[in-house]
Amino acid sequence: MNDTATALRIAVPGNSGPSEIRTKMPTAIDIRDLDFYYGKSHALKDVSMAVPANGVTAIIGPSGCGKSTLLRTINRIYEIYPDQYAAGSIAIDGRNVLDRRYPLSELRRRVGMVFQKPTPFPSTIRSNVAFALSYYERLSKSELDARVEDALRQAALWDEVKDKLSDSALSLSGGQQQRLCIARTLAVRPEIILLDEPTSALDPISTAKIEELIHELRERFTIVIVTHNMQQAARVSQETAFFHLGELIEFGSTSDIFTNPREQRTKDYITGRFG
Amino acid sequence: MAIPARRRVADAAAFGFAMAATLFGLFWLFWILWTTLRQGASALTPQLFSDMTPPPGSSGGLLNAFYGSAVMIALGLVIGAPIGVAAGTFLAEHGRYTRLASVVSFINDILLSAPSIVIGLFVYEMVVVTAGHFSGFAGGIALAMILLPIVVRTTEEALRLVPDQMREAGFALGLPRWRVTRQILYKAALSAILTGILLGVARIAGETAPLLFTALNNQFWSASLNGPLANVPVVIFQYAMSPYDEWHTLAWAGAFVLTAFVLILNILVRLLARKGK
Repeated sequence: MNDTATALRIAVPGNSGPSEIRTKMPTAIDIRDLDFYYGKSHALKDVSMAVPANGVTAIIGPSGCGKSTLLRTINRIYEIYPDQYAAGSIAIDGRNVLDRRYPLSELRRRVGMVFQKPTPFPSTIRSNVAFALSYYERLSKSELDARVEDALRQAALWDEVKDKLSDSALSLSGGQQQRLCIARTLAVRPEIILLDEPTSALDPISTAKIEELIHELRERFTIVIVTHNMQQAARVSQETAFFHLGELIEFGSTSDIFTNPREQRTKDYITGRFG
Repeated sequence: MAIPARRRVADAAAFGFAMAATLFGLFWLFWILWTTLRQGASALTPQLFSDMTPPPGSSGGLLNAFYGSAVMIALGLVIGAPIGVAAGTFLAEHGRYTRLASVVSFINDILLSAPSIVIGLFVYEMVVVTAGHFSGFAGGIALAMILLPIVVRTTEEALRLVPDQMREAGFALGLPRWRVTRQILYKAALSAILTGILLGVARIAGETAPLLFTALNNQFWSASLNGPLANVPVVIFQYAMSPYDEWHTLAWAGAFVLTAFVLILNILVRLLARKGK
């Protein structure tokens, strides 16, 4: 599958900027001229990139390069803090989600997010998953149970928790908690999933499970993953974007970025010269 | 590796000093409990909880005072706790980065340290003078005003201790703020919020000054909140000042029960706080 996708990639001339690679895949998130500020600090500088649908796009770069900031802009989670603002446009299905008139609950339902540190809510495993679901949809008890099971199965967690759905989510291991957070996100049926260094707090076995999960999910969802781990980016993604000091340096197919980078800075970073 | 003598001496000195300070604190607590227990022992009978306050020279109990205190504390709790939790929630969540919140927080701190007799006088002017008579309602309102800033402060602190990641996780699911607060943050902060409320109750249980101006006292049984109401602190105050030995003993017994009640509340708080971790 991976190879076919790579083979199908064709650059479309004319309608894309210099650092963009157009693929046959339709664009899921069209980011144009995006600037982001934390107060006076300019964290993202004129970023334009077209994230293709139904695949995994990895965002790599040294600490403080703006990769997490980019994710936090896509679902506008930054808005809960004062002094943070974004300029430019992020279009999903042709509508600019940065527009204040774009309803936040609709945006965040379509664009799910999983954080670096597992953040289970202090309640049962079942209600962690059912929580947002019952806010969006009126479901009977049996429908709700079915959706919870479905979400937990998709997150490859069902077999481990099916007998203890009423236990506290805090009793799970870190890796299980993170998969629970993924299940919770999948339950509301998003189109796009943002993963902000989802495995950096996990052990290697849990990390492998999450990566396997990303493989399974990528056919049905558009996934954007921020990672510190270049091997992980190479393993899970089809597209990779390299950020440095708030700028998008290079964006292209993962195999190109890792084997044949066009920019010197990309090359220096992936060969471990800085970062 | 041998620890140098100098460090061992310093360690022993620090340990000894800390122990002495602890014992100094405990000493007074046990002395208070022991004195109230010894002086009030003869009145610590079932009668204490079944009989009314007696006229001078005869025996009796403190039933009406216990009842009055319980009712007014409950009234203070019912008024003060919900408003306090709501205001604390505003300060920590909805108003978090606003100027209004920092002004309210500052004013709350002033209220927190206001002398209770000032609150008593204020409620006297506002409620007792307006209504024309002392009442249990006025007492409950005065206690609520003392409880309120404590609950506001502890709720605010409790919610601030919930990591921002929890809020982000809730908001990232598209949930509105009230839902995130009610179903995630309150759950995470529950034991800390309850701890604050219990500490507030322990505080108002022993307040005398605000009740002196509002509920006054009542030597007889009265279940009505709309008239003067007996209560433990004021009864202790009056009986301790009286020349009668029976009243002195009753005052000591009342003081013991009150101290024990506050002690138990505090132990409960500790247990709750531990469970929260």
